Amino acid sequence: MFNLYGYGPSILEGSWLTVKVALLSLLLAVVLGMVGALAKLSASRSARLVAGVYTTVIRGVPDLVLMLLIFFGGQMLVNDLSTALGYETAPDIDPFTAGALTLGFIYGAYMLETFRGAILSVPAGQLEAGYAYGMRKHQVFFRILLPQMIRHALPGFGNNWLVLLKSTALVSVIGLDDMVRRAGIAGRATQKSFTFYLVAALGFLVFTTISIILLRWAEKRYSLGFAPRTH
Amino acid sequence: MNFGIIIDNIDLYLQGLWMTVQLVSLSLATGLVLAVPLAILANSNNWLLRGPVWCYSYFFRGTPLLVQTFLIYYGMGQFQLIKESILWSVFREAYWCALIAFTLNTAAYTTEILRGAIKNTPRGEIEAAIACGMSRLLMIRRIILPSAFRRTLPAYGNEVIFMLHGSSIAGLITLVDLTEAARTINSRYLSPYEAFITAGLFYMALTFLIVWLFKRIEFRWFAHLRPRSG
Repeated sequence: MFNLYGYGPSILEGSWLTVKVALLSLLLAVVLGMVGALAKLSASRSARLVAGVYTTVIRGVPDLVLMLLIFFGGQMLVNDLSTALGYETAPDIDPFTAGALTLGFIYGAYMLETFRGAILSVPAGQLEAGYAYGMRKHQVFFRILLPQMIRHALPGFGNNWLVLLKSTALVSVIGLDDMVRRAGIAGRATQKSFTFYLVAALGFLVFTTISIILLRWAEKRYSLGFAPRTH
Repeated sequence: MNFGIIIDNIDLYLQGLWMTVQLVSLSLATGLVLAVPLAILANSNNWLLRGPVWCYSYFFRGTPLLVQTFLIYYGMGQFQLIKESILWSVFREAYWCALIAFTLNTAAYTTEILRGAIKNTPRGEIEAAIACGMSRLLMIRRIILPSAFRRTLPAYGNEVIFMLHGSSIAGLITLVDLTEAARTINSRYLSPYEAFITAGLFYMALTFLIVWLFKRIEFRWFAHLRPRSG
């Protein structure tokens, strides 16, 4: 069943691309989520409004639709901009950038909600204590808020990551040569689509399993000194 | 932006909307029916019953819906046995393949949600049922399931929204759903903003409808927990 007809290395290469897209979008999502969470909790009304619209829109629309909008719409925007600026040719948006940007932008909204909850579960008294010691805003953030909120954010973060990882399969739709697309090509060429899509599925299963193991370890590490979770 | 083309092609969107609604509601309903016995098995003490359910659920929760759908739609033709049997009339149709893939996917997630809820049934409720002399089946039907359903409601609401969003890949196996309608309009008029924003608005409306519906159900099912007034 697992005769890969020499397509093994090609799929392995594709899986590396999948991992790259996933990690890059995770990075973007974490940054966006953190900034967004602080915005949603800030005193500024307009910052709260922007963050609120961001999460509502993103969580109401499927990733694929957003990805197509950003891929096709973004290209058109770039074209119009470069015409307006007097350039002859517009740079092409490559699918890798479009894919990673879109996924990061989408999962930033989910991270935002996770981080917001985590920030709220750090007792306000601890932050006040930091200020009382004369720490600056960024010192309170890095020394008190961040280390404490990680414990509360990890379960939600883990869920978001697992969903993001699976969503990277969608980048094959906008023409990125990822694991799913490579499996499709191999399947069509050999008339063995089931075998090759199963290989892609198992690839995702391996990534998921590794992630779950790492997340468990991290959760344990960041819960040191607290009672184990009861469920 | 010119939304005139959307109004001219609103039929295509409505047709896509109908396809999306069909796929999502049918697969959710079938998935829920499958998930109930599976969740009960997943809580069994016998690992011969528990194990296969765990494997099924782990596979379908650990791989993308897109790959699962391709596996069924493009993959089944690989087997001569299926191609020659009556099953081929099912696996040949993109519609049935999408329904099967979506159903298996949502059933896996729902099983996991329900399994957790059943596991967390308060001990006292089960003891009370046994004390009343209920048989195992009666206890499952009258006590464990209603109590578990109530606790799964918020998580299940999220699953319904995920399924709605997940169904947007149906177009990739030739079905014309909301997303595919938008893709068609985009390639016909080269108007990505109008095409995809319209689809997005439809999805958002559906999402809000689902959220509202679940709030209503929660209000009803948790009626006994509300403070009494008057």
